Amino acid sequence: MKLQEITVTGKKATRDGFGDGLAAVGQTNSKVVALCADLVGSLKMDAFIKAFPQRFVQVGIAEANMMGIAAGLATAGKIPYTGTFANFSTGRVYDQIRQSIAYSHKNVKICASHAGLTLGEDGATHQILEDIGLMKMLPGMTVINPCDYAQTKAATIAIAEHYGPVYLRFGRPSWPIFTTNLPFEIGKALPLTTGSDVTILATGHLVWNALEAAKRLGLEGISCEVINIHTIKPLDTATILDSVSKTRCVVTAEEHQRNGGLGDSVAQLLSRKMPTPMEYVAVNDSFGESGDPMELLDKYGLGVKDVVIAVQNVLKRKKSPVLV
Amino acid sequence: MLPSNSKVLAQKVKKCLLTLAHHHNASHVGGALSIADVLSVLYSRILKYDTSHPKWEERDRLLYSKGHACTALYAVLKEVGFYTDAALQTFTQNGSLFTSHVNHKVAGVELSTGSLGHALSVACGMALAGKRKKTDWHVYTIVSDGELNEGSNWEAILFAPHHELNNMTLIVDFNKIQSFGTIKEVLDLDPLKDKFNSFGWDTIEIDGHNHSEIYEALRKDTIHGSKPRVVIAHTVKGKGVDFMENQLAWHYKSPNKEQLESAIGQINQQK
Repeated sequence: MKLQEITVTGKKATRDGFGDGLAAVGQTNSKVVALCADLVGSLKMDAFIKAFPQRFVQVGIAEANMMGIAAGLATAGKIPYTGTFANFSTGRVYDQIRQSIAYSHKNVKICASHAGLTLGEDGATHQILEDIGLMKMLPGMTVINPCDYAQTKAATIAIAEHYGPVYLRFGRPSWPIFTTNLPFEIGKALPLTTGSDVTILATGHLVWNALEAAKRLGLEGISCEVINIHTIKPLDTATILDSVSKTRCVVTAEEHQRNGGLGDSVAQLLSRKMPTPMEYVAVNDSFGESGDPMELLDKYGLGVKDVVIAVQNVLKRKKSPVLV
Repeated sequence: MLPSNSKVLAQKVKKCLLTLAHHHNASHVGGALSIADVLSVLYSRILKYDTSHPKWEERDRLLYSKGHACTALYAVLKEVGFYTDAALQTFTQNGSLFTSHVNHKVAGVELSTGSLGHALSVACGMALAGKRKKTDWHVYTIVSDGELNEGSNWEAILFAPHHELNNMTLIVDFNKIQSFGTIKEVLDLDPLKDKFNSFGWDTIEIDGHNHSEIYEALRKDTIHGSKPRVVIAHTVKGKGVDFMENQLAWHYKSPNKEQLESAIGQINQQK
């Protein structure tokens, strides 16, 4: 696909995609039940609750209990979707997820909003940037970080049919919608543009920044292949290796710590299968802070210009692989 | 084919767990002996289960949260026929499913436990599912007293009455000793009955070694009203073996040959 063919169909938050997807999957799959730790409005769960009050469980501000209850519901054939912020969905309840969900591969869907720096003004306490790493380390856990409203909605629906524990990560801010007419399949990377000079592998909100960067770089005559890695685990290794064998250099982009994120997974793949110059667009071992979401992305090196710089740097290394 | 006599079962369970602890150098014998009577009454007179279909949909669920005292649960499941003694004797060997904290891969075990404070939440989910599916199975959860230090339990203790989960029973093995001290020294639970009452539970206190008291407290047909039920079972750590009773050391030690013979001799004397 060419860059010009990417069509923006509006602007909405990815969490709205979760809310609408949950209501939709509630209609088609009667096993789906939802739990929330007193953040119904933030998670946009109202439509599901209105339609299916008997399939909703308000657990109160008690996330550890919520994970255990979800595990218990799963043993009775339900498909529980838990809803709270991403930091309370992961770090706060890691042992519950590890012991009672992951170890016995229970069919629980951990749905996590307000991930990353784009949470904005709430600051570092809530801006989790470690959650992808925490969750992808758990054996058998599927990790999905959709890039816009439409993809989050599609993912929310798709995970009901995918047996096993899933971590679904999304966010707070209103964000461009550009995958409305594109397919979504768990574990299948979504190529957005074809290019020949560099592969940009992006996940979550940063996919949009990668597309914007590709536009700017196109003006300089640099051809970028932007691939949306919505499923970080299991990683679509075939699509990545296909692209990298052509471009011979990679930039990864994510709203997460460099440690433990998408870039780590890609580096692990390439170091074994196809050693390749690679640059990361990610937070580098730092907590966030309170601020405007877009300005925070710039400050912490996740802006459009940062993707542009990373591409320029990796192209230099491709020509002259020895680092100075 | 439920064993009809809980005392006969209890004697077998205690001898089995002591022997297991001796042969495989296992810890937590004291906490296993303190709950052996409750387990024996449950598996002989209370629980609905099918050893040939451990995942039978209509079974009662037993969640054993004090997973460190695994030998008691493994022993009772063996004695009622979920698996053979030969299978159990692989305990903690390379590749064995019988790990030294309870493992869900073993037939009859609902949940891997040992990381404390998890099972009661899972029990709430099971009970909630049972209510909404209108099933008549009951969910029993056994926690240790020390385990009630874990805050996650209190989240679940708040939740169950709010959702009127009267299809669940929590059993507290109140043997008064935890890892490195008495409950009083480490983190006092008293007044435990008042705490549960004030959280909205139907609270019963029993002698956790008296089989008729255990049976009366745990039977399903005496549940009235909408409250979940908690049975505080006052027990003795190392119950039935004089040199183990109320001794903190038997949270960790395993019996040597002479100690095993003496312990088995004492258990054999008990009717």
